[in-house]
Amino acid sequence: MLTVIAYAVAVIFVWGILSRFIIWLSSPNPLKIPTTPAPKTFSGVVARIAGEVVLFQSLFKADKKLWLGGWIFHVSFLLIVLRHSRYFLYPVPEWVMVFQTIGIYAGFTLILALAFLFIRRLTIDRVNYVSSFMDYAVLLLLMLIGITGLTMKFIGRPNLIDIKAYILGLFSLSPEAMPDSTVFILHLLLFLLLLLYFPFSKLLHAGGVFISTTRTQTDTPVEKRHITPWAK
Amino acid sequence: MAKIGAPELTGRIEIPKLAEGASADQKSYIAKPDNMAALSFPRERLPNWKEKAIEKFGELLKKYRSLQLSMDICVKCGACTDKCHYFIGTKDPKNMPVARQELMRKVYRKYFTTEGKLFGGLARAADLDDNLLDEWFTYFYQCSECRRCSYYCPYGIDTAEITMAAREIMDSIGYGQKYTLEIIGKAETIGNNLGMLGPALRNTLDFVEEEIKDNTGVDIKLPTDVEGADVLLVTPSADFFATPHVESLIGYAKVFHQAGISWTFSSYASEAGNFGMFIGNYDHMKTINKRIWDAARELKVKRVIAGECGHAWRAMYSFSNTLNGPFDYLDKKYPSPVHICEFTLDLVKKGAIKLDKSANDGFTVTFHDSCNVARASRMGDKIGGQFIIPRELIKAACNKYVEMSRGTTHAETFCCGGGGGLLTDELIDLRVKGAMPRMQALKAVIDSNGVNFFALICAICKAQFTKIFPYYGLEMEMVGGVHQLVSRAIILGAKEGV
Repeated sequence: MLTVIAYAVAVIFVWGILSRFIIWLSSPNPLKIPTTPAPKTFSGVVARIAGEVVLFQSLFKADKKLWLGGWIFHVSFLLIVLRHSRYFLYPVPEWVMVFQTIGIYAGFTLILALAFLFIRRLTIDRVNYVSSFMDYAVLLLLMLIGITGLTMKFIGRPNLIDIKAYILGLFSLSPEAMPDSTVFILHLLLFLLLLLYFPFSKLLHAGGVFISTTRTQTDTPVEKRHITPWAK
Repeated sequence: MAKIGAPELTGRIEIPKLAEGASADQKSYIAKPDNMAALSFPRERLPNWKEKAIEKFGELLKKYRSLQLSMDICVKCGACTDKCHYFIGTKDPKNMPVARQELMRKVYRKYFTTEGKLFGGLARAADLDDNLLDEWFTYFYQCSECRRCSYYCPYGIDTAEITMAAREIMDSIGYGQKYTLEIIGKAETIGNNLGMLGPALRNTLDFVEEEIKDNTGVDIKLPTDVEGADVLLVTPSADFFATPHVESLIGYAKVFHQAGISWTFSSYASEAGNFGMFIGNYDHMKTINKRIWDAARELKVKRVIAGECGHAWRAMYSFSNTLNGPFDYLDKKYPSPVHICEFTLDLVKKGAIKLDKSANDGFTVTFHDSCNVARASRMGDKIGGQFIIPRELIKAACNKYVEMSRGTTHAETFCCGGGGGLLTDELIDLRVKGAMPRMQALKAVIDSNGVNFFALICAICKAQFTKIFPYYGLEMEMVGGVHQLVSRAIILGAKEGV
């Protein structure tokens, strides 16, 4: 059953993201609207986007506390994903070992950062005002994923060999027996829920930031005529 | 008019606690049926307006990626919540950029997303009913499209794009704003936002010529419709008669005169401003912009120069080439409009005109970056030239220059509170409150440095500040243009060595 769900979610996730990108990219940018000062060259734009994606530079200018909380959460998430790659890769490459210890710390910083973001959303009147149930729910979901993950590490350690065999089976499209661990199944289900929600929600910001019009356009309206089919 | 309360000037900008509905009564007047019809909009609100609005919304999502992306990717992090001058001034939570966007996004969720269809109210999806449309009309005309929020947004979401789309949707169902649509009507039929006809314009300019002659003893012309002039100057029509705008107009004329460059206004394109931008309507923006290029072609000028106006500069610099370019009939050296500040500074640097800074020794000057110049355009070749060039020009024209505090200038500048189609009397309370953050920053340099000249490069900023300064107990005479300083400092007469 879990196996069926996993495949279904994977298909929906990939289809959802792809179709969203198709919707985004098929809608044109009729006018030059970079937020200036803006770079004049493509390499300048790459640097600007890298600054947004890696360092969250606009957010840094906007709100230092939020920047810190948000950045720690995202970096923790990345480290955890990298750490998890040892469950998907066989044989395990050398570089994955680098993330084993730090990935555990990241599990804690992830939960702390999420708790900060949750409390902040609840207590700052301006942010609370614009928050919906779903905004809180997704923070809780991420926290639960983190908590079930750390539970497996520190409380009830399931049989890793079984889990890895199961995951590798999923990836190679020849599913193995489901591991006998409630925490693991819960952890995986919650993660699948996150993937399922992703393409239909604000979590799409992870993809959208790369094509944001005001950040990706060059400031060259005069140098080169910018023209789209509907706005001739 | 109800309460018009100017906040107290302390020199500090404080982020307020929320006061729900605090500016809900600040509503624009609805456009008249004839005015709507003249611009090809329905005369009044359509009986099936809701369907039509959703249909238009869907169309705009397919036409503007910025809109589609903004609807999808906001995480409501709150970074923008304390950045809008209208929120800081009015305390109304619906003036927080994300909350303003949410007015549209909740309709998007309901009609265009799986999330909204599945979770409804839990995801804050909502029907576009009479109440919500009413809020759209109120709060999308409480945004000056200044883009300050877009500068801080981690994904570059630009509320201006959303406001423009909302106004476009409302216009398309016959629910327009009187102020912007009247002005667009005048600009498209008469050629300027004031509806000033050719002969009236000529009379006004004759009067200005006399005034210059009286004050300087020099014959300086402000020509109209001169075929074969080198330069077509396109300036906001307020420059022709409003105070202090006209002082900058005199400045432009002196610059051309002293540099010995032939120039002209066009009575056909006697407006730099383009309110088509404010309502997010591509066709009207294009129509208004086209007058400039038709006039340039007809008058056979070599180049076009733009006067002191913020959104006009955005339209001319950022959009013109897309709308009506290429301008291959102009001199190849000047393929696009140049800002008057860049033009004048260049003449100063080349020594073609000389400025006597001491003429402005009575002034301690500070400069207010206009939002559309700061965050939606550039001057000159250098990135950030829109900040450097006006400052260099001011410093070439006066000895005492002071910056306002960091976080309120350059790309982080605050809007004057009257931009984006809100410079109308019925919104005066909103305008007074929206100016508050800028006024606090100004107050700080008045107290610490004795600033007594507030230099601007935008007709809307000039009109807005002269109107609201008295509410704050400040002298409106402090407000002036950058070319007003140039006008006072420029040395007229025979050039050395000539």
